Amino acid sequence: MEIKDKIVPLLQEQFPETNFEVTDFRGDLKIKFDASLIVPVGNFLKQHDELKFNMCEDVTAVDWATKKKRFTIIYHIYSLENKFRLRLACDVEENHPHIESVVPVWKSANWYERETYDMYGIKFDNHPDLRRMYMPEEYEYYPLRKEYPLMGIPGDLTLPKK
Amino acid sequence: MEKLTKDDVHPSIVKALLDQETNITFEDALENEMILNMGPQHPATHGVLRVLLRLDGETIVAAVPDLGYLHRGYEKMAENMSFYEFIPHTDRLDYISPPANNTAFCLAVEKLYGIEAPVRAQYIRMIMTELARITSHLVAVGSLAMDVGALTVFLWCLREREKVLNSYDIICGARFTTSYTRIGGVAADMPDEAIVIIKDFIAQFEEKLDEAERLLNTNRIFVERLEGVGVISGEEAINMGLTGPNLRGSGIDHDLRRANPYMLYDQMDFKVPVYNEGDSLARYFVRADELRESCKIILQCLDKMPKGEIMLNSPKKVLPRKTEIYTKMEELIHDFMIVNFGVKPPVGDIYSAVENPKGELGFYIVSKGEGHPWKMKIRSPSFCNLQSLGGLIKGHMISDVVAIIGSLDPVMGEADK
Repeated sequence: MEIKDKIVPLLQEQFPETNFEVTDFRGDLKIKFDASLIVPVGNFLKQHDELKFNMCEDVTAVDWATKKKRFTIIYHIYSLENKFRLRLACDVEENHPHIESVVPVWKSANWYERETYDMYGIKFDNHPDLRRMYMPEEYEYYPLRKEYPLMGIPGDLTLPKK
Repeated sequence: MEKLTKDDVHPSIVKALLDQETNITFEDALENEMILNMGPQHPATHGVLRVLLRLDGETIVAAVPDLGYLHRGYEKMAENMSFYEFIPHTDRLDYISPPANNTAFCLAVEKLYGIEAPVRAQYIRMIMTELARITSHLVAVGSLAMDVGALTVFLWCLREREKVLNSYDIICGARFTTSYTRIGGVAADMPDEAIVIIKDFIAQFEEKLDEAERLLNTNRIFVERLEGVGVISGEEAINMGLTGPNLRGSGIDHDLRRANPYMLYDQMDFKVPVYNEGDSLARYFVRADELRESCKIILQCLDKMPKGEIMLNSPKKVLPRKTEIYTKMEELIHDFMIVNFGVKPPVGDIYSAVENPKGELGFYIVSKGEGHPWKMKIRSPSFCNLQSLGGLIKGHMISDVVAIIGSLDPVMGEADK
């Protein structure tokens, strides 16, 4: 049995009451589930003897510009042993978007989550050092949100004093 | 030089640098720990990387890298242009190895479209990618040597790189910003003249590389400045998300060309160099060995490369040739539609990653069935590799910082996107 077919049954066995929405597009396996479960699911996937998703490659978000479930947080995790990449997805709401940080599970998520916070304004709860990644600290906007104009907002950056 | 005052460093960065008990002062450096600002215009930081160092004497207690000085908002721009229009921008990500980025991006879009380039185009792409790996590692090795004081090797490496850039010039008309690949193939066929140049280059390269290595590997100053400096264990390297030569320098045998073969890498015979020490010297050795492996791959590609088409024949998805646009109505219509509205992919999201010289370069593309991506995330290796910098330089001297940055080989164009 291939690793791809194993993941979902194992997850369902561990979390029987959760609804896992599975999509397989162009060979990429994506599993969508409730945002409150991201840390336990991450821990399970990392520590399971067969799966061993030990590397977090990327954390990002998608802004769907809709009223409900505005953002989706996307995690790309990789199992070096099985040479397999998995995508996790969790929806969060527009009003006070927040999700539990996965830094305790994968250390490398630290900067990825900071970048996502910088670009989308999503708060990662219990993140050790949640600062802006690229933009200045006092910047008020989140540039990758869909309402932010492509040309930028004139006068949004204070120039350094002479 | 002007003295750094408290207002120059943002309070949040100061907070990240300090833990609670520490008493910090910006005035009296002899009595206390002090904060030193390195970059963003320091020549050894390979671009515009800024690192804030908290020092006890000359020893680094804590370090906070500060990114964003080259942030151009490529992900935002990508959402507002068609896939074709974004190809030139990929040149400016990792500007030491543009053809590798071009290939990575086109492979991602092709995965989304569900098409594949013809065999000859794939061979040409592989040759270009490996040439890019050679140029990138030459710059990495050369500038690492320069950072620790060996200027000769830097000049030698750049001389060799020049020869590769000359072959780029013939193949795609540009020495640096190549924009060579197209979705579904490559822009132009590889002329025989270029093949001769590449073969000549490889024939003499081995010897030149030996020469440079003799200067470095037996040089006590070079070895002692790198050996045991910036050590990261294999487990920690995985945990920090290191990829590419930096991961293989820590004893983890992971190369996407082997692990998840793309293009025709599964038919190639090459070794994946792995060193177990995990220090800066091991990372240098990995790069030096990869230079030789890349030459092997290029020679195999040149042998096996068949004649044939270089662009896929799929009129609704791939730009037609210029000669056909000028003479045929159908092609003109397709060209008009593709240029103005882009090619409409199916709804869905894909992630495609390749082994770039610096590590894993991935593109995550979300499509809503429009000619431009709804979202595009660039997973750049330099950004992820830099994350380990703070931990690596802890406990070392200031002079080791440049050696460690050089051995991690970040490119800020890619880290800042």
